[in-house]
Amino acid sequence: MLRLMWFCEGMTMINTKVSIAGVELKNPVMTASGTFGSGMEYGEFVDLNRLGGVVTKGVANVPWPGNPTPRVAEIRGGMMNAIGLQNPGIETFCSRDLPFLADYDTAVIVNVCGHTTEEYLDVVERLSDENTVDLLEINISCPNVKCGGISFGQNPDSVETITSEIKKHAKQPVIMKLSPNVTDISDLARAAEAGGADAISMINTLTGMKIDVNRRTFALANRTGGVSGPAIHPIAVRMVYQSAQAVKIPIIGMGGIASAEDALEFILAGATAVAVGTASFRNPHATIDVIEGIENYMQCQNIDDIRSLIGAVR
Amino acid sequence: MAEKSIQKAIILSQEMIADQIYSMWLKAEPIAKNALPGQFVSVYSNDSGRMLPRPISICETDAKRGALRLVYRVAGKGTAEFAGYHAGESLEILGPLGNGFPLEECPAGQTAFLIGGGIGIPPMVELSKRLSGNVQVIAGYRDELFLTDELAANGKLYLSVENEAAFRKSNTVHSAESDTPCSKSCLNGYPATHGNVLDCIREKNLQADVIFACGPTPMLRAVKTYAQEQGIRCWLSLEQRMACGIGACLACVCDSNEVDAHSQVRNKRICKEGPVFAAADVVL
Repeated sequence: MLRLMWFCEGMTMINTKVSIAGVELKNPVMTASGTFGSGMEYGEFVDLNRLGGVVTKGVANVPWPGNPTPRVAEIRGGMMNAIGLQNPGIETFCSRDLPFLADYDTAVIVNVCGHTTEEYLDVVERLSDENTVDLLEINISCPNVKCGGISFGQNPDSVETITSEIKKHAKQPVIMKLSPNVTDISDLARAAEAGGADAISMINTLTGMKIDVNRRTFALANRTGGVSGPAIHPIAVRMVYQSAQAVKIPIIGMGGIASAEDALEFILAGATAVAVGTASFRNPHATIDVIEGIENYMQCQNIDDIRSLIGAVR
Repeated sequence: MAEKSIQKAIILSQEMIADQIYSMWLKAEPIAKNALPGQFVSVYSNDSGRMLPRPISICETDAKRGALRLVYRVAGKGTAEFAGYHAGESLEILGPLGNGFPLEECPAGQTAFLIGGGIGIPPMVELSKRLSGNVQVIAGYRDELFLTDELAANGKLYLSVENEAAFRKSNTVHSAESDTPCSKSCLNGYPATHGNVLDCIREKNLQADVIFACGPTPMLRAVKTYAQEQGIRCWLSLEQRMACGIGACLACVCDSNEVDAHSQVRNKRICKEGPVFAAADVVL
């Protein structure tokens, strides 16, 4: 893995805390939804207490079986997936996953998915009783399910409508997760802000296709899938930058982060926090490596508060 | 918590044992000590552009040397990269992963079929060493043979070869040199059948109390049906494209007959609940 190392002497007292809608994160590094489950499996590799937050895999009102296999394929510098939002449903999630996360000192962000507005609201209302949950992330951008998901997320009017509906019912602050599969993502960012979103997260995966030339068929059973990993990083940074110019609410930046340098690009482009996704598959310790790399960078560049870096490049 | 990690493994040897089939011994002390037959390791590319580990089944372990043997087929760019490494070079690996075969299902006095097809053959080597009961290995090949001596070391080995030309060719070469009574249908000195693994079992009229199988899905499907017909307990090792390899991403699921406790739907994670499943529990 390409890593930029910063060498320095001396220690500065640094602050890595950031705040999203009044929720304090000990550092800006979280996990990207769908790549980390609810932390149980990766908790054997990383101390979850060190993370700024755990963003759970999307959960719906009832269990979803997901798509047929193969569900993943590798591409140069990344991968494609079409898992299809398989999840055990909100009741199992609340009785099993949330108590697990409650034992850790990290922010808990629950990603919510649905086919209809009512299904999103079911989950949002069910979570209003759960004190463990700090923030909700609403997935209106999954490219791999036929109805729901991205169908809510590709035009500004529907983004604003569903955001305001969810805000009426949500007890926790709401992050709207945006799709990059649009002409101008900053229009969606504005729509989410107009609908009352407390924050936005971006980008979900880019729709792609891979063909297996030996078997002369699609690599994924779903034919198309979401592209993630380092290959999409510059696109995501550009989109975060554009959206940061368009809205005042905080942005959580993600897309291909595999190193502290990758994460810092998002922060300098205007993200308040970041999420590490696909990189965990290559390196289960990637989240911690990014956190330590950011601390190291701040020490070496004599930056005492990470907040001074947010949107510093204009 | 937070104690598992990827480890660097030094390659002790690497050789091609059949067309596109490679055998690699790796120094990996804790894995060699702890691995159970049927478990696998995730092997990571040294190229940072390849993000996903390759799940490869453990062929055998040597606890004394702290070494692990992987026998794998070059199926794409990742495995081609692995095949290009020599002794002294290293790879990052994670494991052992998955559940492994239930050894207690074949206690002393019972007989097991160890059925391997193609690149599903390698895990049968370690399994044959660890079972307390009698071992009959049925190894199915399309054409070229590999691992036959290892498989025969701990049980009775039967071969099946699907490609007729390959079967005749090997047969002629070996029967000409062989004085064994089975020379007419012997390959490398082992009884052989032209056809698939079930053709072999039927032709040789073999019997068993329990089946452990690994191989392509059509073979597993046929083995499952055979086991049901014969009323034999049966365990199958499945494979699927994986991403994380540790149960987080839900890429590598297989269909299950009942709602799974973890997923709450009718599928199971091959990397976590598997790769070995009771045949009756999974839909192929």
